[in-house]
Amino acid sequence: MVIRVESLDLGYGDRLVLTGLDFLVNTGEFVGILGPNGSGKSTLLHALSGLLPPKGGRITVKGEGLGSLASRLRAQILAVVPQSAEVRFPFSCLEIVLMGRYPRRRRLGTLTDEDLLMALRAMRQTTTAHLKERPITEVSGGEGQRVVIARALAQAPEVLLLDEATSSLDVRKKLEIFEILKILNKARSLTVLCAMHDLNLAALYCRRLMFLKDGRIIKDGPTDEVFTPDLLQEVYETPMEVRWHPVYHRPYAVMLPLTLSPTAAAADLEVARP
Amino acid sequence: MKISAIPAGELDRTKELEEARSRRQAGTRRFAAALVALSLGLVLSVALATGIGRMEVGWETIGAVILSKLGLYAPALDRTTEVVIWGIRLSRVVLSGLVGACLAVAGVVFQGLLLNPLADPFTIGVSTGAAFGVALLVMLGVGGVFWGLSPLPLGALAGALTAMVAVMILSREAGRIRKESLILAGIVVSTFLSALISLIKSLDEESLSAIVFWIMGSFSGRGWIHVGFLLPYGAAGFLLTACHSRELDILALGEEQSHHLGVAVSRVRLKLLLGASLLTAGAVSVSGVIGFVGLVVPHLMRMLAGPAHGRLLTLSAFAGALTLIWADVLSRILLASGQELPVGVVTALLGGPFFFYLLKSRRSRGMW
Repeated sequence: MVIRVESLDLGYGDRLVLTGLDFLVNTGEFVGILGPNGSGKSTLLHALSGLLPPKGGRITVKGEGLGSLASRLRAQILAVVPQSAEVRFPFSCLEIVLMGRYPRRRRLGTLTDEDLLMALRAMRQTTTAHLKERPITEVSGGEGQRVVIARALAQAPEVLLLDEATSSLDVRKKLEIFEILKILNKARSLTVLCAMHDLNLAALYCRRLMFLKDGRIIKDGPTDEVFTPDLLQEVYETPMEVRWHPVYHRPYAVMLPLTLSPTAAAADLEVARP
Repeated sequence: MKISAIPAGELDRTKELEEARSRRQAGTRRFAAALVALSLGLVLSVALATGIGRMEVGWETIGAVILSKLGLYAPALDRTTEVVIWGIRLSRVVLSGLVGACLAVAGVVFQGLLLNPLADPFTIGVSTGAAFGVALLVMLGVGGVFWGLSPLPLGALAGALTAMVAVMILSREAGRIRKESLILAGIVVSTFLSALISLIKSLDEESLSAIVFWIMGSFSGRGWIHVGFLLPYGAAGFLLTACHSRELDILALGEEQSHHLGVAVSRVRLKLLLGASLLTAGAVSVSGVIGFVGLVVPHLMRMLAGPAHGRLLTLSAFAGALTLIWADVLSRILLASGQELPVGVVTALLGGPFFFYLLKSRRSRGMW
């Protein structure tokens, strides 16, 4: 077991976003965190990365309280890919990826061949090797995001937290990233937790799904069991069907037009029409 | 159509490593070359600047005086020449170099930490805060020298830190420091404190020129004793910042990403702010408020050597020294009457247009 969350309350200021969370994540799991906008996916990831101190309860990482873990040690275990990572200084992409080696380098030691090798491998894995010498300020949004993923991989973490990390990428790039995560997850039992919006991407790669709504976890279980039309409809308040791919045996969701169940909003539109 | 799988990375890995390594080495060589050029320039400038003045002195004399002071050579020298060259000119050149280095390094740190291209000790009010601290101590009659150290830099440090806190509080909006308001708050605090300094000095019945020299900065009448005042603060500040150059790189990505990469953000930031304040306080306590050196020099060096702070700090120290040595020479010789200008006038004349250019180009490129 790598992460233990006990009666966790999270929020900003006086406002609580999530309450009473209890769950375990074992080494080598591939977990998708799903839920509508504002359901607290990012808040949960901020807390798991140690950025947001809990309002109540505790988070334990490898048996130690997350808050009492030294920064560098924490970064050796947990790597984070944020939603967007704007960089204003023209560091080259290789320099950015090498920053991922910071928690593993000696305080004032020089860069070793291992550091360089890990960085180059991470760039190859994220298909960013051709960007090595390009300033990060001059690459496209999708490229920049892959460079940041490479940086997280260069940290050689045990747990990878992704916060909508692939939302800005096209279909092919999304799949490429998730294929890499799948390989690392299988071969080196990298634990992956990703907050995401893309239901079908989640169903394709995550083996466990956690659904957040109204400030709590309303469902948490193996993808094949919880990825049901009833649950998806409840979570997203949208009519949905779930089908199974005949060859790959993975579920996928099909969303249906809202007009099938006329809502108050639709009625308002009718009235507004001249 | 056949869709290819993910590129398996059939590249020759060792070749790739060699390539990356040699690229890095090339970068190191460029840095070393720039460093050698700057050091040579510095040595040459110290000699040249020492030779410039109302009393004509030959090269051999300057060399002879320096060598004799270093105990390497004992020629028979005219006492007056020795005092002018060693006691007045060289000490002043060395002091202006040190102050320039301190201000430039402090500028690099402030720009990196505050993610603000317009930040430097002067524009964010820290310099004026330090000057106010010193003025206050002088008015209260605190002074003198203890074991070769002066209490004035401590007053400068207190003033610098207070001004910094005030500017941060003023520029905070909804928990975040806004870039534009930071500079605005800096100017407000700076102007207010300048007025207070003028008031204090007037009450103390000092001459108007003394006030101007303090607010605009000057090395007039400074000597080796001031080099001694500055050195411990400058050294401590430089060590503190240089030891954290790698963290400074990462902090340039912002607070959140720095946290994720394992930087203890608040602690490191505090150390760096303290380091930059030590440098500013040391510089201001011996020379008054000199603007623009900490703004312009880091930018020029960033263009030359890239954004990595390890190199940037070193190069900026050298370039800052060079800049202020020559600015001080100009302040000594610019007026035909033989009177001195405050050195801050010269740096502002040179740096003001650059500041303007920065504002313009940043707007047009939409980035920093």
